[in-house]
Amino acid sequence: MAWLVVRLAISMSLLYTASAVFEDQVGKFDWRQQFIGKVRFALFDTHSQASKKLLLATDKNVFASLNSRTGDLFWRHVDKTGPEGHIDALLMYGQDAVVVVGNGRLLRSWETTVGGLKWETVLDTGSFQAAALVGVQDFVKYVAVLKKSAISLHDLSSGSEIWVENLPDSDSVQYQTIYSGGNGLVLVLGVVPNSHIVIVEYKIEDGEIMNKKSVEAAWMSSLESSCAVVSSGILLCVDQITQSLYTLPLQSAEQTEMRQIHLQTLDLEVVSGFRPVLTSTQPNPAQPPLSEFFLQLSPDHHILLQFKDGLIAPLRDFNPAYLAAFATSGERTVAAVMSPKNDTACSINLFSADTGRRHLDTTIIYHMDPNGGKPNRLYVHAFLKKDDSVGYRVMVQTEDLALTFLQQPGRVVWMREEALADVVTMEMVDLPFTGTQAELEGEFGKKAAIQDGLLPMVLKRLSSQFILLQAWLAHLWKLFYDARKPRSSVKNEVTIDVLSRDEFNLQKMMLMVTASGKLFGIDSKSGTILWKQYLENIQPNSVFKLIVQRTTAHFPHPPQCTLLIKNKDTGLGSLYVFNPIFGKKSQISVPALPRPILQTLLLPVIDQDYAKVLLLIDDQYKVTAFPSTKNVLQQLQDTASSIFFYLVDSSQGKLSGFRLRKDLSTELIWEVVIPTEVQKIVAVKGKRANEHVHSQGRVMGDRSVLYKYLNPNLLAVITESTDTHQERSFVGIILIDGVTGRIVHEAVQRKARGPVHFVHSENWVVYVYWNSKFRRNEFSVLELFEGAELYNSTVFSSLDRPHPPQVLQQSYIFPAPINTLEATLTEKGITSRHLLVGLPSGNILSLPKLFLDPRRPEMVSEQSREENLIPYAPEMPIREEWFINYNQTVSRVRGIYTAPSGLESTCLVVAYGLDIYQSRVFPSKQFDVLKDDYDYILISSVLFGLFFATMISKRLAEVKLLNRAWR
Amino acid sequence: MAMIRVLSLVLSVLSSVTLLWTQSGECNNGRRSADAVDTDFSGFSVPLEHSFEVDDVPRFRLRGALQFRGGREQGVYLSQNQLSEKDRNTLKDVAAVDGLYRIRVPRVSLQVDRQTEKQSEGYLTTFVRACSLVESHLSDVITLHTDVSGCVVGISIVTIPGSCRGIEVEDEVDLEVFNTTISVVAPVTAPVPETAPYIERMEQEMEKKGKNPQEQKSFFAKYWYLILGGAVFLMATSSAQTPPGGASEQS
Repeated sequence: MAWLVVRLAISMSLLYTASAVFEDQVGKFDWRQQFIGKVRFALFDTHSQASKKLLLATDKNVFASLNSRTGDLFWRHVDKTGPEGHIDALLMYGQDAVVVVGNGRLLRSWETTVGGLKWETVLDTGSFQAAALVGVQDFVKYVAVLKKSAISLHDLSSGSEIWVENLPDSDSVQYQTIYSGGNGLVLVLGVVPNSHIVIVEYKIEDGEIMNKKSVEAAWMSSLESSCAVVSSGILLCVDQITQSLYTLPLQSAEQTEMRQIHLQTLDLEVVSGFRPVLTSTQPNPAQPPLSEFFLQLSPDHHILLQFKDGLIAPLRDFNPAYLAAFATSGERTVAAVMSPKNDTACSINLFSADTGRRHLDTTIIYHMDPNGGKPNRLYVHAFLKKDDSVGYRVMVQTEDLALTFLQQPGRVVWMREEALADVVTMEMVDLPFTGTQAELEGEFGKKAAIQDGLLPMVLKRLSSQFILLQAWLAHLWKLFYDARKPRSSVKNEVTIDVLSRDEFNLQKMMLMVTASGKLFGIDSKSGTILWKQYLENIQPNSVFKLIVQRTTAHFPHPPQCTLLIKNKDTGLGSLYVFNPIFGKKSQISVPALPRPILQTLLLPVIDQDYAKVLLLIDDQYKVTAFPSTKNVLQQLQDTASSIFFYLVDSSQGKLSGFRLRKDLSTELIWEVVIPTEVQKIVAVKGKRANEHVHSQGRVMGDRSVLYKYLNPNLLAVITESTDTHQERSFVGIILIDGVTGRIVHEAVQRKARGPVHFVHSENWVVYVYWNSKFRRNEFSVLELFEGAELYNSTVFSSLDRPHPPQVLQQSYIFPAPINTLEATLTEKGITSRHLLVGLPSGNILSLPKLFLDPRRPEMVSEQSREENLIPYAPEMPIREEWFINYNQTVSRVRGIYTAPSGLESTCLVVAYGLDIYQSRVFPSKQFDVLKDDYDYILISSVLFGLFFATMISKRLAEVKLLNRAWR
Repeated sequence: MAMIRVLSLVLSVLSSVTLLWTQSGECNNGRRSADAVDTDFSGFSVPLEHSFEVDDVPRFRLRGALQFRGGREQGVYLSQNQLSEKDRNTLKDVAAVDGLYRIRVPRVSLQVDRQTEKQSEGYLTTFVRACSLVESHLSDVITLHTDVSGCVVGISIVTIPGSCRGIEVEDEVDLEVFNTTISVVAPVTAPVPETAPYIERMEQEMEKKGKNPQEQKSFFAKYWYLILGGAVFLMATSSAQTPPGGASEQS
């Protein structure tokens, strides 16, 4: 019987929580965008004329194929993160794409149409140097991989190793390049820095060394960066110190030293401090490279040169020119060169490679985004038109990782914002009211009421009502107008101008800060990028903190966001203040921050313009307020004694608390030191400031109330032991009051280790750790209660809470690894909470907090049933219907952001990683919304039916009464 | 009265307390715990200092000494002097301006055998509002928190009651002697998933089910008579309705 009850209780609880998306709801509330990251290699499929494929390998270890007409993904392969999945080289021949992965660990061949793996070979250990396709008699048959001390040749169709040979003197010579001109030999080029070059010739058939020679080159430090092979096996190198070009026929026996050609003799000069770059092209791996090549002499100076009969002749000088690239279609090779046109645009032109002559009517105008970065890579796709002239399209990558695909005469075919593959932090901001809504709001403003009398107020009210009526009529007209048009032609384009808050505040502005320093404003409903702003000169190791200082609620003041950009090494920071709706930089003067910033604090104190005050604490514990008007400083002086903040120094294990003084200096008031020899602080988290808790306690089975310990100043500190032995390692959790420094609770999870993910909210902390003894992930939940009585029910003060809370804790097994953890958040906190768990599989699990309740009983009792507690089970279930993103997996999910909406039942969720996924979750189902399939017709027909029935029966009753009276 | 005063002057107050010393041995990974217990130490003491200044610049003075008792019965005792006339006045003045009463202890390891190791530098400080200390008549609760290795990581002080209502404390006697409760709290071991009791419970239930054959009967076996009765009833009613006898109702 008890077993049945247990099952009943579980199924009852599931009734509450089970929620899944119906088939027709797919894509209705949610969207996903897939990204690939910064492009490292890009190759166009020139195999057939009609091919739309574009193959890309990126720094995020993604290998993908894009549709070059639309920019959509054909397929994408996401490899392991870190050096293990690093893509070293991408080569393409015909339908095959050969990729070297993980510092030369794996050699893979992909079928490019569907993205299937054809073969994979594990290579010998050794750090990767170079890879090249090797052809024999006009057919490319092999791929050669050069490692630090060995070279191997593989069959292109099967991946089987033909031969592998050790390189001679590999401990002194740095082998860096492979060259093959299709003549049955593979040449390996190595360099002994500032001494000589080594050239080793291998026979393709069996790997026999045919020839080995060394050539004096005392000026050379690296082959890879300063040399290229042109023409029929001529090694060409450039040196900036001697201002010369050097040539060497690789296979000639007579010439034993490099021939020097002074750049002066060609009337050229390298700009000091710039490392010149040589670019050659080898259209067919089975044939020698072309004799034309580009030489870049300064950031905006390229020159096309030709090597002929041992002489170098300039074909065309491109000055200024930002970028230059070769492209081949059939037998014709062209060069595309991007030159600046004016301040905002560049022009790209096509030149024939062999003569340097410009092709007519081939200009593409590239408009540079004023809010974007400069172009830094150019990829050209050349094709033959019907009239046998060469047409082309280009893909431009800019500093801010935007990929733009252009065709003549400058039409942007598509654009991808690859910066979004690396979102660092985000916020959601309410959209502003429309003009009419704002008008109404403004009417009830305090200032207006004081200034105006009664009559003007009435008039104002009437006028605003009239405006509303007008807007409503306009809306009706638009509905009518749209209804007449065919459905497909009605475009729901979202632009900034039409953006306004919807009825339930479900549509918001997503602010995303990316690692490259580009900010995005994205409409949460459709995923459309509404604005973007590239912040230049952002150090790659910067940390960002996004703060919403003023929301949209304070019309007519525009909303205001502040981004703190901090250099991780120096700690020096700067502020960027902007309007989150339009992305415009604010004109407000920003305080200079000459000292490293340790901590920021957003106070609930607002200035006269309704902006919340941001306090920045520097390394001398001095406080800078922003904004720092007189009004703010006055308020700060008044409230200084109740402003506390904490600092964490994890290198010394020190947590310290400070109090603000009236002169904006600070005083140390508490200090907790956790010895770093034993454990180190890995994370500290407070609660979210916009969190609401609806009920102060929990009603127990016996109708008494267990009050929650709701300390808004509580900090959860997670530590990990320095000893990583599986028996002795532990994870510590310390709950500290951020005002008084009082340790409220201290617990250790033994035989556990990180990475720890945790959520701190309401009166609970949930954390996930790795149990090193049982080798599994475990969840643990801590809940804090004041007990059956509240100490002070009206207000919480950290200074006046003498009794420590009761702490309950329980742990569970979680049968999956975890990437990230977050809790849902709703407007008033009435809706039950769910935990959103980002899994490495890309799914996002919505786990009811009900399952993570330390009061789950061992044995079912009458009272626990009354309270709706699920009996304790050590293993946490994972149900597929709890995956909020059904099959829309989010690759490498790194963070989940939750925001409340205007509907209490609804929480907006954004998961970001390599992809971005936005959806809504309803932890307690949609209790405040009528269902989509709600039968309006039935209910209204029943209503009308009843109405008419009463009318008729009334009439009938009257007649009957009359008849009776007559009788 | 005077007698008591004199006595209390002579007496230093000893407040002692219990503590939750759950796993002091494990902090050095269980290897040396036995030695630590066996070696007989008379314990050691560290100073407890306090500071209360009207200008709110901390100047720490000795308040008392914390005596740690090593060995099997771990304990901490606080012997402290009573407040002087001057201190009492200062404390009241500080309370009047809503100043802070701070205390601090040096960072120490309670693991007695580690005393000889390098002494970690620095202090652990905390505070309480001076007014609440005055209003509670110097009754405070001081807690020392240690980490797994027995190192003191934090100190906290609360007064009972903790509020500041602005009550005047007239009697000087109330501000002479600290009424302190002191304790040392070591981290508790967080629970792990309890699989064994769960499996046991499941087994018990299975057993119970096996013992009780009533439970194992199928749905039909249990309710066959009801189903049969229902079917008979349905058949009876349907056969009763089929003859055209409805006309008799009309009258």
